[in-house]
Amino acid sequence: MTDTNELIRLSAAQLAAKLAAREVTSVEVTQAYLDRIAAVDGGERGVNAFLHVNTEEALAVAAEVDAIRAAGGAAAEELHELAGVPIAVKDLIVTIGQPTTAGSRILEGWHSPYDATVVKRLRAAKMPILGKTNLDEFAMGSSTEHSAYGPTRNPWDLDRIPGGSGGGSAAAVAAFEAPLALGTDTGGSIRQPGAVTGTVGVKPTYGGVSRYGAIAMASSLDQIGPVSRTVLDSALLHQVIGGHDPFDSTSLPDPLADLVAAARVGNVEGMRIGIIKELHGEGYQAGVENRFNESLELLKQAGADIVEVSCPNFQYALGAYYLIMPSEASSNLAKFDGVRYGLRVLPEDGPMTIERVMGATRAAGFGDEVKRRIILGTYALSAGYYDAYYGSAQKVRTLVQRDFEAAFAQADVLISPTAPTTAFKLGEKLNDPLAMYLNDVATIPANLAGVPGLTLPGGLADEDGLPVGIQLLAPAREDARLYRVGAVLESLLEAQWGGPLLDQAPPLVETLVDAKEAK
Amino acid sequence: MSTDATLSFEEAMEKYDPVLGFEVHVELNTRTKMFSSAPNVFGDEPNTNVNEVDLGMPGVLPVVNRVAIESSIKIGLALNCKIAESCTFARKQYFYPDTPKNFQTSQYEDPIAYDGYLDIELADGTIFRVEIERAHMEEDAGKLTHMGGAAGRIQGADFSLVDYNRSGVPLVEIVTKPIEGAGSRAPELAKAYVAAVREIVKNLGVSDAKMERGNVRCDANVSLRPHGRERFGIRSETKNVNSLRAVEHAVRYEIQRHAAVLDAGNPVIQETRHWHEDTRTTTSGRPKSDADDYRYFPEPDLVPIVASREWVEELRATLPEPPAARRKRLQADWGYSDLEFRDVVNAGVMDEIEETIAAGASASVARKWWMGEIVGRAKNADVDPGQLGVQPATIVELNRMVEDGKINNKMATEVLDGVLAGEGTPAEIVEKRGLAVVSDDGPLLEAIDAALAAQPDVADKIRAGKLQAIGAIVGGVMKATRGQADAGRVKELILAKLGVEG
Repeated sequence: MTDTNELIRLSAAQLAAKLAAREVTSVEVTQAYLDRIAAVDGGERGVNAFLHVNTEEALAVAAEVDAIRAAGGAAAEELHELAGVPIAVKDLIVTIGQPTTAGSRILEGWHSPYDATVVKRLRAAKMPILGKTNLDEFAMGSSTEHSAYGPTRNPWDLDRIPGGSGGGSAAAVAAFEAPLALGTDTGGSIRQPGAVTGTVGVKPTYGGVSRYGAIAMASSLDQIGPVSRTVLDSALLHQVIGGHDPFDSTSLPDPLADLVAAARVGNVEGMRIGIIKELHGEGYQAGVENRFNESLELLKQAGADIVEVSCPNFQYALGAYYLIMPSEASSNLAKFDGVRYGLRVLPEDGPMTIERVMGATRAAGFGDEVKRRIILGTYALSAGYYDAYYGSAQKVRTLVQRDFEAAFAQADVLISPTAPTTAFKLGEKLNDPLAMYLNDVATIPANLAGVPGLTLPGGLADEDGLPVGIQLLAPAREDARLYRVGAVLESLLEAQWGGPLLDQAPPLVETLVDAKEAK
Repeated sequence: MSTDATLSFEEAMEKYDPVLGFEVHVELNTRTKMFSSAPNVFGDEPNTNVNEVDLGMPGVLPVVNRVAIESSIKIGLALNCKIAESCTFARKQYFYPDTPKNFQTSQYEDPIAYDGYLDIELADGTIFRVEIERAHMEEDAGKLTHMGGAAGRIQGADFSLVDYNRSGVPLVEIVTKPIEGAGSRAPELAKAYVAAVREIVKNLGVSDAKMERGNVRCDANVSLRPHGRERFGIRSETKNVNSLRAVEHAVRYEIQRHAAVLDAGNPVIQETRHWHEDTRTTTSGRPKSDADDYRYFPEPDLVPIVASREWVEELRATLPEPPAARRKRLQADWGYSDLEFRDVVNAGVMDEIEETIAAGASASVARKWWMGEIVGRAKNADVDPGQLGVQPATIVELNRMVEDGKINNKMATEVLDGVLAGEGTPAEIVEKRGLAVVSDDGPLLEAIDAALAAQPDVADKIRAGKLQAIGAIVGGVMKATRGQADAGRVKELILAKLGVEG
């Protein structure tokens, strides 16, 4: 048996190997994570990555896997590679047997009667689900501060944001509360939290992973993807959740490529890697820029051909995104009205008409950022404004897609910093929505075009010692290229650091204990 | 309920020219719903034919029903429409509790079928062409029941119940272009048009086509303009007119109402109207402007539907014969004269006669019953003949009883009334009411003797060979037996009694 503290620091791939070799049981692994969650997640200055911890079911699944392994035979051989490896699920993804809140009061206490397709696939692989992770309400935000259940804290500095909307999943993985997590990415909600927490996250090609059961923010942009500590782990998880789903009409019919094999190729020689002129330099923190340049240098040394590409329409991407996303969100969130499920608030006085009950419910159930986006989207879709706003934004979207096409004619993979800055302080941008929206400037183009993107840790910024994310982008359906280049860059960087970047993160338990004693 | 002023139809026609337009919603009879795998079944316990998609649960996504698309293409082809090579869905957004997502997934800018026409045959054989603007796919809403108020209206109700069984049932909405030039035949055309659409979808087998169940629902738009003016008047839209007769009546009423409004120098209000079958009037619904903002935008959860030309042609090859050809065939099969057949069509009993013949009746017997008996009763009851509930088997049974001499024609009509009153099967009613032809000659002979004795001069005439005089004696016998005698047998017995060869 491995020491608990060591166990939780193992990658999913390492855990899978130990479980297969029966050096450790899934119950031990799962319990180790549950203990870690109990130690670091709760309390006033806890990470608060989890909204719900699924102790009983997770241990039951773990025990089932252990029993199958112990019995041996065909059933044991048929176990999925990740069977028994625990995982956390963003609370935007519906699960039977656990509440799903979307980080909103309006769904407080709601239990889904059905499982999301990705959750069905996790269950089929017999991966114990540790619980549901915190997020900005309905995934609207870049800091997880817009959660109705309090912000998640960044394990690197508990006074800083973990990114968003998937701050809970990223922080859970960074704080060793889970080896893997599921996220959703509409404008960067997997990649930006990955960048600021020093973890790996992938937004697959649009249609590559079923959206059935992910509570929709913006249907044409949303995509579920893996969150992990290593590139290989994301590939392993992507392989579990990806592939066609007849319940999602936008799901790609193509068979999934061998992403795990791609992560194991181990070279980038002769690959053309394109720096996007518009996605670095001005507006990017110096420390971010430095780490980005180092990564370029490493890839060059490894034999990659570094080229520069220009995507002139990316400057309009953020504006287009903030019309398309709220337009779709205003429509997708109309169903939360207190009639069929979730919160129902009755007006305090006056007639009890359906319109007034719906109004009172939505007024009380939605937070300010959600309301802001519903109002924006409703306005943008209104008669007389549609062409100027939604219509123009769709044209920009086409232009962004063309920029990508032109760029991918010159490069196999594109590269940029994932976010313009490292993690900012909690509360710092809460009252400045535009500053908050700028966090996603480098991640949004991929969502508009439907192309896949990966973030991996690129080191720590000189100014603040906080993690910097490197983003890789590939053409649609070429997710495998991200894993190939990502895994090579990761190994080159880790060779420099002498181990994973997260080894340099502060030991959370002591920090928490210190804080407690200081009181 | 306020009563609107109306002009007489004749006066309205003298002054104004009506323009019509119809939106007919056809519920498809697919096995499952438009966007979910829940069953599409009418009449089950509320909220049993629903799954997470129909309830608009968080996270759900729609998947288009392929059979619904095929049915829609068939309808489009039968309406002589062009079929879009690629078309999309949109979201029509409004908050209402019968719409679980608070938007309806519908087609907006690019319907699956467009630019068609339908030739409608009027009662006198005139053909009137109705241009079809489009036929598009959408999902039905759930059904609200308002409790505690008067007459199930939302006004004054204490609360409302919602049944989502109908939510997501596939609909095809058929929209006409403005129909000009119908003049005083506008009400007749209205009825004939809806009847034709109903016939088409029924023959295609894509809908159960029962208007009383709401399988076919009609919204009728009416506007008037002074004769000679080109610009249309302001229209009203009478919603959910759910029988063929009601369509005719509603159009007629709206013409008369509009005429009175215009005559008083007032503008017609653009609004929806509710049809009331009991008073045969409409009342004001909600104001409707062309600028109602439904914030339509393309449905991002669905990909475009691509109807390859090969697929369309495959579907075209499966279409049943067009209604006009079918009529020609049926008339020939049944041996009806042009006039007889047109009467059958205008009475709206062609399908019923076909079914009755299929159940075993001859063409002439079927026509005799439907045209001679049932149509008149339907008229008196103010319903469409098909809605009286007469089963083809009933007619076959009644006719067999007459042919077997168990009852006579007069009794048979009495039995039919009994069936319609719900008293049971024809056999049960004959038994219960004691209706049977008197076949024992004893009582008959007595009655004949009495009748002959009462009219000795007539008896002499018959003896002298004037056989046509026999009617007076037969009549006397029938009267004495309260009509229960078989007239043929009575005639035989009289002749035998008087020793005359028949």
